[in-house]
Amino acid sequence: MANVSSHPQRISVAAYFHKWAGVVPFLLFAFFFLIWPSAKLMVDAFFDQTGHFTFSNLAELFENPTVVRAYKLSIQVSAVTALGGGIFGFLLAYSVTVGGLPRFLRSGLITFSAVASNFAGVPLAFAFVATLGRTGFITAVLKNLLGINIYDAGFNLYSFMGLSLAYMYFQFPLMVLIMAPALDALKREWREAAEILGATTLQYWWNIALPVLLPSILGTMFLLFANAFGAYATAYALTGGSLPLITIQLRAQIQGDVLHNPSLGYAMSMGMIIIMAISTLGYIWLQSRSERWLK
Amino acid sequence: MNLSRYHITRRTGDRRGFSFWSWIWFFLGALYFILPLYATLDFSLRMERDKISLLAYQKAFAAPEFLKTFIYSNVLAVITIFVSILVIVPAAYWIRLRLPEARRVIEYITILSIVIPAIVLAHGLNTVYGAPIKIPFTDVALTGAILNTRFGTNFVVVMGYTVLALPLMYRSIDTGMRTVDVLTLTEAAQSLGANWFTIITRVILPNLRGSLLSGALLTFAIVVGEVTISTVLYVQTFSPYLWLLGQHRAYEPAALSFASFLMIWASMGIIQLVTGGQGQTSSAR
Repeated sequence: MANVSSHPQRISVAAYFHKWAGVVPFLLFAFFFLIWPSAKLMVDAFFDQTGHFTFSNLAELFENPTVVRAYKLSIQVSAVTALGGGIFGFLLAYSVTVGGLPRFLRSGLITFSAVASNFAGVPLAFAFVATLGRTGFITAVLKNLLGINIYDAGFNLYSFMGLSLAYMYFQFPLMVLIMAPALDALKREWREAAEILGATTLQYWWNIALPVLLPSILGTMFLLFANAFGAYATAYALTGGSLPLITIQLRAQIQGDVLHNPSLGYAMSMGMIIIMAISTLGYIWLQSRSERWLK
Repeated sequence: MNLSRYHITRRTGDRRGFSFWSWIWFFLGALYFILPLYATLDFSLRMERDKISLLAYQKAFAAPEFLKTFIYSNVLAVITIFVSILVIVPAAYWIRLRLPEARRVIEYITILSIVIPAIVLAHGLNTVYGAPIKIPFTDVALTGAILNTRFGTNFVVVMGYTVLALPLMYRSIDTGMRTVDVLTLTEAAQSLGANWFTIITRVILPNLRGSLLSGALLTFAIVVGEVTISTVLYVQTFSPYLWLLGQHRAYEPAALSFASFLMIWASMGIIQLVTGGQGQTSSAR
């Protein structure tokens, strides 16, 4: 009896390793190149330049006016583009799914959205310079045809508004890509039932379709928020670092010559990770809620 | 009978009323998509005064620095694709077949790779691998600073890119495995006497080629457009070169930007053809 029970136990240790063998490379990779590097920054946020434990870096997140302004600006850009991209993306997804447009426009829009949501960073920034820069195409057309100089009217591509317009280029396509399947999942029967009971189109949308879609819409907006909040390349390429977003400031603190305070940079990383985690988890939670009805 | 006729007329009536707005939204969306691309194309063709020409493209493509950085980025992309397949396929296969309880762990890690912004990851890699790696709580160094050697830097950069590509690659591969029914394939191969290596390389991978291809093309788009890790770790890849070029040239950067767009379009077009489904997106901003 004892023999029988000890034997499987011995095997189970070997079997245990064998059982995990295929996952081990992945876990090692994740540990060395994702978990350790991010954990290292989080831990370093609690030490000063001389290696002593301190909370002062974290305190400075809330006290240092440049840092507070950077967080505020990043949150504003992310919120505006998440909301704007979310609403516009939803309307576009609506128009090609249940909105009654011809079928071929839908596949065209989906392909284009896949392209545009991947068209970020330096090429996107240059495309917007060619469009809305001082000598850009739209700037010139408005000036020559309508006599409106948008730069005299207060527009500036290298500002909050310009950056938000550029971000929208990858934000609303992402919304289209996620919302189109969700709109497809609206059951035809719901609409028919509502109509037979005498509901108007507006009532159907307000009382049935929107409540069902709302978790998905809000969830995707959380995703768009995270998408913009972590963005570095587009802002760097467009403004050359003159617009003090949190991502730009973070690099300036860790690697820059003027603002050089790596410990503060690590604390800023930690704050970024927390905000990213909240919005990503918000997306995941709302998305799982939306699957109750749409699946 | 009566009811159904009433129903049909109401439906089409609604549709007509609504599709007016649908057209408006679609038109606005199309405008937003196309105008920046048109403006870039238009600008890139005007290098010669009063004439439409491809001069900017010729000059941009002929620059030795362009060739150097573009080839470098492509090589990094290919290696990144191989590393991600090597790391993710066995893990995805294992959790589907032998270790479903590890699925949670793998998915948490995938989410973590979305949560950690590229700029934070880049500095984390720089901090960890820019210094000698020591045994914890001692001063015994296991290796020198990995980022001090050229090979070491390339290695860390590829690993960083692999992290950026992880969510997309994992999703592609996992979806692929769900649709081809790896369990039946594995059992069939096993009953014919195949070992694990043969099963993965000759049965699973060929059946996943559609999802591997779409994962690979997305990874390619991420790596060639990648700026953050490249600039933080100071490697001369294509996108930082393009940015630098933009600081002192006007037409060539526009030409290369439009060419990048065409390249991404080609990648996504192939993905649409292969998977025939919804588009996917990278998150390398």
